[in-house]
Amino acid sequence: MDLRDTPEEAAFRAELRAWIETNLPDELRGHRGGAMRFEGPELRAWSKALYEAGYAGLTWPKEYGGGGAPYTHQAIFLEEMARAEAPPHIGVIGIGMAGPTIMAHGTEEQKARYLAPILSADEIWCQGFSEPGAGSDLAGVRTSARLEDGHFVVDGQKVWSSFAHIADFCILLTRSDPESTRHAGLTYLIVDMHSPGVEVRPLRQMTGESEFNEIFFNSVRVPVENLLGEVGGGWQVAMTTLLHERGTLGFALQAALEVQVRKLVALARDRGADPLQRDRIAREWIEMQALRYTNYRSLSQLMKTGLPGPEGSISKLVWSEANQRVTKLALEILGPDAALAEENAPYGGYWQYQQLRSRGNTIEAGTSEVLRNIIAERVLGLPKSR
Amino acid sequence: MDFTFTPEQDALRKQARDFLEANPEPSFAELAELGWTGVSIAEEAGGVGAGFVEEAVLYEELGRALYHGPFFSTFALALPALPDDLRAEVAAGTTSWTLALGPLVPDLDTADRIATVGGDGIYELEGAEREVLTTTDETRPLGVVRGGTVGRRLADSTVLEEIATRSNAALAVEACGVARRALELAIEYAASREQFGKKIGVYQAVAHPLADAYTQLELARSLALWAAWCVAEGDERARIAAAAARAHATEAAVRVCETSIQVHGGIGFTWEHVLHRLYKRALWIQSFGPSTTRLRAEIAAALLEGGQVFHVPDLRPEHGRPDPALAPTTQGG
Ligand SMILES: Cc1cc2nc3c(=O)[nH]c(=O)nc-3n(C[C@H](O)[C@H](O)[C@H](O)COP(=O)(O)OP(=O)(O)OC[C@H]3O[C@@H](n4cnc5c(N)ncnc54)[C@H](O)[C@@H]3O)c2cc1C
Repeated sequence: MDLRDTPEEAAFRAELRAWIETNLPDELRGHRGGAMRFEGPELRAWSKALYEAGYAGLTWPKEYGGGGAPYTHQAIFLEEMARAEAPPHIGVIGIGMAGPTIMAHGTEEQKARYLAPILSADEIWCQGFSEPGAGSDLAGVRTSARLEDGHFVVDGQKVWSSFAHIADFCILLTRSDPESTRHAGLTYLIVDMHSPGVEVRPLRQMTGESEFNEIFFNSVRVPVENLLGEVGGGWQVAMTTLLHERGTLGFALQAALEVQVRKLVALARDRGADPLQRDRIAREWIEMQALRYTNYRSLSQLMKTGLPGPEGSISKLVWSEANQRVTKLALEILGPDAALAEENAPYGGYWQYQQLRSRGNTIEAGTSEVLRNIIAERVLGLPKSR
Repeated sequence: MDFTFTPEQDALRKQARDFLEANPEPSFAELAELGWTGVSIAEEAGGVGAGFVEEAVLYEELGRALYHGPFFSTFALALPALPDDLRAEVAAGTTSWTLALGPLVPDLDTADRIATVGGDGIYELEGAEREVLTTTDETRPLGVVRGGTVGRRLADSTVLEEIATRSNAALAVEACGVARRALELAIEYAASREQFGKKIGVYQAVAHPLADAYTQLELARSLALWAAWCVAEGDERARIAAAAARAHATEAAVRVCETSIQVHGGIGFTWEHVLHRLYKRALWIQSFGPSTTRLRAEIAAALLEGGQVFHVPDLRPEHGRPDPALAPTTQGG
């Protein structure tokens, strides 16, 4: 047990910290996030800069444009990004989900074609899993894919697809066997969002902006080369995606919470906090540290044995609920000003936006109820509820 | 960065688990034979020369086993005040200690000698009359001392800060040991007890509180082990880490025990079942020393008024500057 950086890790951290200080534009620091981050070219430029400096996809193999670095470097990277309040790479879905899934199940041609542009921010990805009739119960997917002279013909509707309005590709879960039900008969495809028959309709969220969308597929022709895994083997591939969505994001989530708690502390320093609020600020700081060291434990286990520790499975649940408490506490500290919004509110409406956005955190990437089922069944070994 | 136990530490845990299952009420001398009483004492003073992480492994296992004896009072409270010759006796298992920090003194029924705080020093208290009081947790009695004379000066009272940190860290780890056992019992029960034709663990009203108990316990354990490591390394964050760990872990342990009692139904409410003993230890831990609100007030003061805030991972001093105070940022609070 040694919680310090090794000399090699410390050198990486120091170099990275200096790089961020020099390269992060001031206007991107402490950005409120949300859909408005896509409006200008700044975020793509920042993402590209990260890529060119070798910081995008740190743990991805070098041959695919990654850094070939150990997971500890990725943890350090996210901590330092949080420290500087730097926005994450624009390719959230590509880096977090599509890329790892392609690495695990893709052909050499697919890896060579898709991975590097994800890191360079030249191509943006979205995830087409949820449907009107298939949410928590993803095995209810109905969007169909028919094999027809070298193409899959896709028909159906996806919903809540984040970034679909700016995406170039979609990881799409379809049903290729119309006779099948549930987990069998699913097929996982890579779909070019610019194909004829793909229609994206932005959905307005409670924050007022549109991050997620409906996607309609109307006889969209997808070449067979875009199959990921086996025909009928889509469920296994989708599980890889979900594992990465909830799992490897642990450090990113902790880093996001760290930024939030730093800002909460700064807010309280700025505007004052009463004793009960101070108690809650301390609680949130403690929980944020607890999440950090829980991720460290899980990561250390991964480095040593190749398998992450089971405690890593709590990250998403803990982060989402903590983020909701932190943002609500910030509104309480703002007092009557909490009712204001956007440019009329203190700090440009940062907290008002964050508080509303946080309500999605316990729904997206597996609801808290589903995550508790998973912890109960897979970690604690309790009998299955379904 | 490596946050795993060494093979030696794992072996120590296994030894402790096995020994305490076979010998639930060991004497201090028996602990000495196992080398536990010298674990964090330097070799020059007759100890094993390991550190506080090893000692933490023992606190966790002793907590799990609801050990009754002067281990906590000797090592978490008195040890920092003891000069080397007395440490050697402790390591050899010939003397155990307690420290009177306030009117209620822990382990007064079993500790051999008593240290007390007076003025700017910590002294041995000799010839005092002891009265052991009735406590809810029968396995860790408190008592009061009367009379006696002030004996040898053991240390400056400046070690009190180290003592507070050590005892916070020790209690945090111990709370995790207590809570782990209560959670394991609840999981076993939920996976075997049937009602309405199903295992009760199928019901989400049972399963979800257990998932939450697990979550809170893992968070607590991460903090407790972080604190233990900071103490072992003399890290500058030890004080705040230990305060954070104890505040979180003691509340988590109490809640995990309560969840476990509820999941057990009627049997969990009986005197025969071990659960109430675990619960009472968790409550004892919560009651000892500064309250959890007091600990959080200290943390809030460090965050809001302190010059140093520990949000950011260590840059090794030789590799960079320490993190500066968190000044309010201009954008977004
Ligand atoms: C901001 C945001 C972004 C998203 N981005 C994407 C995306 O990019 N791509 C994508 O495919 N999807 C995305 N989603 C969709 C998300 O994955 C689903 O909303 C989620 O899986 C829940 O599905 P649902 O909305 O159909 O709710 P339902 O599954 O109908 O759930 C409704 C309620 O019932 C509860 N419930 C359901 N089943 C159980 C059970 N077995 N036990 C206990 N409670 C249960 C749920 O927890 C929830 O409280 C996004 C969602 C949000 C909010």
